[in-house]
Amino acid sequence: MFITKVKRVFRAGLTNFWRNGFVSLSSLVVMFIALFIICSLIFMSAILKFSLQEIKDKVDINVYFTTNASEMDILSMKKSIESIGEVSSVTYISSDQALVNFNERHKDDSLILQALDELDTNPLTASLSIKAKEPSQYEGIAKFLTDQDSSAVNNSIIEKVNYYQNKVVIDRLTKITDATNNVGLWVAILFLVISIIITFNTIRLAIFISRDEISVMRLVGASGRYVKGPFVVSGILYGIVSATLVLLVFLGLTYWIGNLSKTFFVGLDLFDFYLKNFGQIFIIIFGSGIALGAISSYLAVRKYLRV
Amino acid sequence: MVILKNFCYNNREMIYFDKVSKIYSDDCVALEDITLTIGPKEFVSIVGHSGAGKTTLIKMLLAEESPTKGKVFYESDEVHKLKGKEITNLRRKIGTVFQDFRLLPNKTVFENIAFAMEAAGRTDEEIEADVPHVLELVDISKKIYSFPGELSGGEKQRVAIARAIVNQPDIIIADEPTGNLDPANTFEIIQILKKINDLGTTVVLTTHNRGVIDSLGKRVISMQNGRIVRDDKSGSYVL
Repeated sequence: MFITKVKRVFRAGLTNFWRNGFVSLSSLVVMFIALFIICSLIFMSAILKFSLQEIKDKVDINVYFTTNASEMDILSMKKSIESIGEVSSVTYISSDQALVNFNERHKDDSLILQALDELDTNPLTASLSIKAKEPSQYEGIAKFLTDQDSSAVNNSIIEKVNYYQNKVVIDRLTKITDATNNVGLWVAILFLVISIIITFNTIRLAIFISRDEISVMRLVGASGRYVKGPFVVSGILYGIVSATLVLLVFLGLTYWIGNLSKTFFVGLDLFDFYLKNFGQIFIIIFGSGIALGAISSYLAVRKYLRV
Repeated sequence: MVILKNFCYNNREMIYFDKVSKIYSDDCVALEDITLTIGPKEFVSIVGHSGAGKTTLIKMLLAEESPTKGKVFYESDEVHKLKGKEITNLRRKIGTVFQDFRLLPNKTVFENIAFAMEAAGRTDEEIEADVPHVLELVDISKKIYSFPGELSGGEKQRVAIARAIVNQPDIIIADEPTGNLDPANTFEIIQILKKINDLGTTVVLTTHNRGVIDSLGKRVISMQNGRIVRDDKSGSYVL
């Protein structure tokens, strides 16, 4: 009997969805907008994360070594820096490599190259380029380097750590990225809450229209669960249909603006992002749609069951 | 209370109202000190002007409203002490017909009647067999796949009666079933209710249609301002 009841509830839910054409359509439109907002928030957060990462990647600190620092010392320091948890990568640039890079950078500036030729030795020193996981961590890393160098008083090999020159810019950048992240999160929460409230109210109105029907069902002896079931099924259907539409619309949209986004966000192809994260996006959108539809319907019907 | 319950059950009284009052406010007393018994297989008409308390009385029995004072019994159960599932079970024993039909607008005639059977936990086979049969009984077989919006008032009321009797309830409560119908349909609906009563089902009918009451020649309870003013075994419409 349980299976028969479940079958009947699903059949009734499907029939209601189909026969209440106009009510279903308005619920679908509102839920489509809510899920569209949620999906947009996923893309916004990806764009934000990508852009902030791009900015963060442009920041690094360089440690310049004295000319008498041996490569072995520098490499051993590189190893100890790499062991710090906050460090994301350390690149060693030897003095020879530094010269090659310098020549490459100034290949069109014959005056500078000529001046360099006048010198007998390579004036450029070896350096380590350090990238931290978060901009806020540069201060700690710079402190670590200075502390380590000053502990070896007689054998100081560090000439300069350029963090102190760039401190103001790095600090400002840290503040901007943190603020952007915070604002982004609150805007996302705000939109999410608004879309949930609007969907909930629309479904509540849709069920409000059926309140007399619900009371009749109760009076002919239907149990609360048997009355609620079809409404919840219809709610789930609103979720499934709107989620499918949103995913399809985003497929088209991202395909359309994919190349444009690649140029605009320096390498972030939204279509590629959509395909790579489709599983997660599918679960979020379908999950939100089904949960929104089912919970809204459940709560709305409950109100009219007290007959 | 135990004594009272035994009284009801032992005397095979189906419905017992024990000094029931429903007071909304000092100015609005819907029922006042109603004591009333209805036995099995009876056909009882409750008459009175609008606002006399007929519908409130019926709502008490269906546990739609609770009394301010007094108790209502259905067989051995005190109606207003029943909880969720027990109320559902009580309502399955009572078939209800309303003045405004109250059919489910998005379901066909077949589905409207099937819904009451599904709610009572009947199998698909029983539904397939019983729905056409009951529609034949109220003479509306031709409209089995029509929606309520496609039916006339008389047809809608027949469907409502079919829905009320399909689970073979112990009692049919018809709350002004002819209020929205023309004389010809009124006559036919009353004939159907009489037929149902002849087959052994208790019928409680509320109406303010004098012609209906006079033609029935059955028990009549007259109400005025929330009180019972007459209770005649074989009465006519006197107010």
